[in-house]
Order: sequence, then structure tokens, then C-alpha cells
Amino acid sequence: MISLPVQPVLLHTDALLWLIVAVTTVFLWRARRTPRLVMAFQQLARRPIAVASLVLLLPYVSVALLDSVHFQRSLTDAGGTYHAPVESLLDRLLLPLSERTEKTYSAPLALFSYSKETRAGDDRRLQRTFPRLRHGGAHLSHAQARGADIRQRALPAAGLGLGTGALLAGLVCWRLARREGIGLADAARRLLAGKTPTAWRSALLTATAFFVLAAVIASLATVYHVLGTDKVGQDVLYLSLKSIRTGVVIGSGSLLIALPLAIVLGTAAGYFGGRVDDLVQYLYSTLNAIPGVLLIAAAVLTLDVYMDQNVAAFANVQQRADLRLTALCLILGATGWIGLCRLLRGEALKLRELEYVQSARALGLKQVRIISRHLWPNLTHLVLLTAVIDFSGLVLAEAVLSYVGVGVDPGTISWGSMINTARLELAREPAVWWSLAAAFVFMLGLVLPANLLADALRDALDPRQRSEH
Amino acid sequence: MTAYLLRRLLHAIPILIGVNLITFALFFVVNTPDDMARLHLGEKHVTADAIAGWKRAHGYDRPLLYAPEAGGLARFTETLFFQKSARLMVLDFGRADDGRDIGRDIRQRMGPSLAIAIPSLVLGLLTNITLALGIVFVRGSRLEHTAVFLAVLGMSISTLFYIIGAQYLLGKLLNLTPVSGWLDGWAGIKFLVLPLLVGVVSGIGSGVRWYRLLFLEEAGKDYVRTARAKGLAEGRVLGQHMLRNAAIPILTGVVAVIPLLFMGGLLTESFFAIPGLGSYTIDAIRSQDFSIVRAMVFLGAAMYLLGLLLTDVSYTLADPRVRLQ
Repeated sequence: MISLPVQPVLLHTDALLWLIVAVTTVFLWRARRTPRLVMAFQQLARRPIAVASLVLLLPYVSVALLDSVHFQRSLTDAGGTYHAPVESLLDRLLLPLSERTEKTYSAPLALFSYSKETRAGDDRRLQRTFPRLRHGGAHLSHAQARGADIRQRALPAAGLGLGTGALLAGLVCWRLARREGIGLADAARRLLAGKTPTAWRSALLTATAFFVLAAVIASLATVYHVLGTDKVGQDVLYLSLKSIRTGVVIGSGSLLIALPLAIVLGTAAGYFGGRVDDLVQYLYSTLNAIPGVLLIAAAVLTLDVYMDQNVAAFANVQQRADLRLTALCLILGATGWIGLCRLLRGEALKLRELEYVQSARALGLKQVRIISRHLWPNLTHLVLLTAVIDFSGLVLAEAVLSYVGVGVDPGTISWGSMINTARLELAREPAVWWSLAAAFVFMLGLVLPANLLADALRDALDPRQRSEH
Repeated sequence: MTAYLLRRLLHAIPILIGVNLITFALFFVVNTPDDMARLHLGEKHVTADAIAGWKRAHGYDRPLLYAPEAGGLARFTETLFFQKSARLMVLDFGRADDGRDIGRDIRQRMGPSLAIAIPSLVLGLLTNITLALGIVFVRGSRLEHTAVFLAVLGMSISTLFYIIGAQYLLGKLLNLTPVSGWLDGWAGIKFLVLPLLVGVVSGIGSGVRWYRLLFLEEAGKDYVRTARAKGLAEGRVLGQHMLRNAAIPILTGVVAVIPLLFMGGLLTESFFAIPGLGSYTIDAIRSQDFSIVRAMVFLGAAMYLLGLLLTDVSYTLADPRVRLQ
């Protein structure tokens, strides 16, 4: 057997996430054949807000996927024995961040620790001072140089970001010019005026803003703690970035569980009626009657006890934390299918009576075939819409559940656990606000675009609810 | 109407039994009472005797569903299912793991929960409907787009941030209200301000969006056009004609949550240290007291079913054309 320097590790949630990528790709591929969806996507592409939201969601998805390629490194050059800790590609990319921990809190871009320490001064007398940080700004010989240093690093980075944006804009112009058969200058004028079929102007502006911000942060993060450090001295920027995966996994993983349940049960209930309908209705009435948080709490508590009893079943802490995350997706999915199921049942009831379905039945087509050929394609838009609308709700739910203590494993980095620890820090004097602010901004950066996109998609797919513009 | 109500109540029974079975399966089948005993005793004190003792003391020493040696009807009543779950059906909640009477705790904690929940429901409803009507009034304008964007922004922020932000800003920095706490009686009003404010403000985003869609659908209908064609001012068309006709969908949302109100807000109560049912439940979850969680699950389910029934009844009151049969 050949021994590699790294050994790939596939966690449950990795499999879940990559499965979602596969399902989404297949779905989008097939959606090109559904005129209603194609029209909806074209309409989305025309709306600046929708396009900007998509551009903002891309980095989140990329970070989540980079953080879902796990491996263990070999202990020896020859390979064979592997390090116990499981790392991800993202960990490697962020390497200095995760390893450069301070003793305790430090403010964003600070040079000194946030709490005083007793140490011997130059005259050998003990004094209480704010000690210099081990890593944050350690390259500076004196503290006054910080401002100039930050400027020196940030400005070229911002320029680089702007340049990348401009390059991208140039590419778009070039393509536009070729497609429409016009000159480059004309294409640029159209782009600037926002008169392109796809809302390129908003896409490029958003992308450029993101490039600038990302470049500045990246250049500063190599020598400073851009968002400060937390109680045990971990870099808050690192924590915020690692939380992205947790949020995305919860949001999309739960959907992956909920959607098939809702689709199968909902269409079956509506199409077959009778006993099947009674059973499905009973099932969702019962589940729906239990307050969601309590059902989730009950299930997670049960899981806790199970995991405590079977400690031996988990090879390491990461597997345990990962199982907990998977279970949370399962539980959120098992409670999250009810709304869509009801909706699909109603639609299936309506569709069943339509002439072409009736004639398919009269022709003796197999039931399964009728459902998959005639019912499901007509329900896709509802499923898509529900998926997009529910996603952000699930991300928000994770934070609340983690606060209540029935969310992710305490070892898993998530916005919920960040908020939970940050809450008490506000009570300190002076307050430690940066962990909370970081969690707020990063969470909003995912949930707001998702909600805006859902709004735009609703307008595009559901003409009944379109507002009068 | 009476026959209808009776039938609906009968329908609720299989659902409640189902709820009971689910919680029973979650708490007793997946993990045995032995596991629970071990959990509560802690690693150090686990001996076979200690487990048996804990089970006896807390009434978990019975068989799960069927007790053959008991004989007679007791074969079914001397079981865990009957003792721990079926008795919930007659609102007999039993005792918590620390020996307290759960029923009495619930009665005591209902008051504070209601004191927060009812005013925030009423104020939230008034705020959301007013704002939504305002947005529909200016529809098609730039103002509408801004307002809708703000609503989406509002609903994209986790409730946790609303609570923490309000506590920090109004409670700690500006010192306007106490950060958290509770006093019975009128003296306690100052403790209500902050949770009420958070309750209303955090709900504006999703609430306004929901009512706006509702009103927009209503605003496209014929009677609204007729009213406008008669020359009625837009404000009166929206405020009088449309609002009255939108009453049923509004009622659907509101009446259904009324019974759930006394369960309180889990988060609000625990953050503001309000001794209501929400914080009771969170405490139970954190201390892994399954008896309380089971009781609250059942209570929540029963209240939800009651809410559905009340919604139907309220239809007949709101719209005489609706007849229940």
C-alpha cells in the first residue's frame, strides 16, 4: 500500500454538504428544461438586489466547502502514521490565525493585552501594566508605529482589491461587447448605466467591495488580530470564519433531510387521498402539535444521554462533535418538513383533478410515473421557494438552540456558541464587544442576502404575491 | 356548533396520544431509565444498588408498557407509560426529579409569563398592522422599497442580538431600565419595559412583511377598487374597508397563538430572569429534568390544539357567513 503524506477524512457533515452540492447541481441542470424556472432565474438576474445577494453568498459557500475537505497529516515524511487532529483545507489556509493565540482578550488590531499583568519593570520594581501581545503587531518596535504600519499594509491591499474588481469588470465588458456585437466603449457605457439584461453593475460593485474588504483584512490578519481575541486568546476572525461552515451545514443539511420527506409524504397524501392522506395528516398534526423547540430539545437531550453511554463509539472529539451536528440536522429536518408537506398536499389535490393527469390515469400509466412526470415538475417551484425561505430561519435557529444548550457540541465553533460566551463579556468593565460584533456581522452577512434572495425569488415564482411595482 | 366542537375535541385525543407516544419513545425507549439514573447519579456513584434506589425513588422501577405479574387492570396501570405519560392526559403532571410538584410550579409561573406575553402580543399586533398599512399606503414609491428592505433586515437579525443589544444599550449604558429581574405586583412594572420593547421590536421585521403581503392581496380585490372609484380617500379605503376584510387571516394568526402565550418566550424569560414557564422549561432542559420537559411538551401540544379550535370558533364571530358543522 502506498502511504500518502495526508490521509483524507470524510466526516458525516462533509458527506452531507457535498451531497447537497451534487443535488443542487443536478437540480439546476434539470431546471434549464423547466420554462417557469428559467423565466424566474432570468428575472432574478435582472434584479440588482438579487444579484448582489448571490455575489455575497458565494464567499460563504466557498468557505463552507473549503472547510469541508478534511484530512489528517502524516507524522513522518514516509507517511503511514497520521496526526490525530483532523484538519480542513480552510485550516491550512488560515494557518497562522489558528495557531497564534494570545493569553486572553485583546481588542481589534491591538498591540497590548486587554487585562493588566504584574511584571517587573525596567527598575526591577513590580508594576501592573498591559503587556504587549505575543503575536498581534509583534513586528513593530514601538507602539506609535501602528497607525502608519496599518496604512502601509491596507492601502496596497485595497488597491489590489480594486484592481481585481476592475479586471473582472473588463472581462464582463469584453464578453458583453462580443455578445451584442458592439464596441468595448459602448459596452462599458451600458454597464455603467446599469442597462444590461443581467444586473452586472450591481454584481461587479458588490464583488469589488468584497475584494477590497477581503484583501485589506487578509493583509492585516498576517500580523494583527483584526477582530481581536477572545477569553482564551483565540483569534476572533478565525472563529467567525470557522462558524460559517456550522451555519451553512445546519441551514442546508436540515433542508436535505426535510425536503424529501415533505415531497414524498405531501404528494402521496394529496394524490392518493383516503387512508394515506389520513395517515400523513395525523403524522404532521401530531408532530406540529409539539412546540418545535421542545421537540428538538427533547431529541437532543436523548442524544446526549446516548452519547454519554457510548463514549467508546467515537474515535475522537471531532467525530463526536460531528455526530452531534449531523443529529441536529436530522432533528431540525424531521421537524421542518411539515409546512411544505401541507402546501404540497394542497397543490397535489388540485393537480390530481387536472385533465392531463386524469387522462394519464385513464391511459393506465403507472402511479409512480404520473407522480414523477406530471406532479413533481409542477411542484418544483414551491419546493425551491420553501428551501430558500427556510434556509435563513434554520441558521438563526442554530444560534438560539446553542444558547439554550441543545445546539451544537460545545467544541464546535459556531455563531451560537460565540454569542453565548460573548454575552457575559459585555458585563465586563470596560466591555468586550468585538466577539459579539463579529458574530453579528458574519451572521447578518449570510442571513440578510439569503432573505433578500428569497424575497426576490418569491416575486419571480409566485406572481400572485407580486407587489405592484 | 356544539356537535362540531365535540367532534373536534374527540379528534384531539388521538393526536395527544400520539404526542405522548413520541415523547415516551424519546425518553424511555431510546434511553432506558437506567441511563437516566446513571446520568443523575454522576460517574462516581454508579452502582447497581444506587441505580435501583434512584429508580425506586423517582418511580422508574416499573416495566415500560405491560406488567404481567401485576394482574388485572394493574397490568396496564402499573407501567411507566401509564404512570409517567398517560396521566398527563388528565393534566396530572407528577413530580420533578427534585421532588417538586410540577402542576403547582406551572400554576405559579403562568402569571409572569402572561404578564409579558399578552402585552407584547397586543402591542406587537398594533405596531405591525399600523406599519404594514403605512407601507401599503405608499406602495410603488421609493419609501416602500426602503421600508421592505428594513423589514427584511430586521428579520435577519437573531433575537439574541435584540435582547443583548437592548440590555446593553438601554439597561447598562443609558441606565433607563433595570437589565433583568422580577417583582410581583405593580412595583414590578419597570422590569416589564425592556422585555416588552424587545418582544415588539424583534417581531416587527417578519410581522410587517407578513401583514404587508396580506394587505397587498386584499388591496387588489374588487371591493377595494369600487371603494376607491366611489371617491373615498385612500386612507379610509385601507383603514376601514380593507382592514375589516383582512380580519379573518389576521385572526387565524393571532387566535392560534393565544394559548401558546402562557408558555412564554423561552429566550426572553431566561435572559430577563422572569420566573415564568419559558425559563422553567429552559432550566429543566439544562438540568436534564425529563419529567418537566415531558410535562411542558404535553402542555404545549394541548394548548396548540386548543388554539386551532379557538381559531375556527373565532371565524364564526368575525364573519357570519362562516358556519361550522
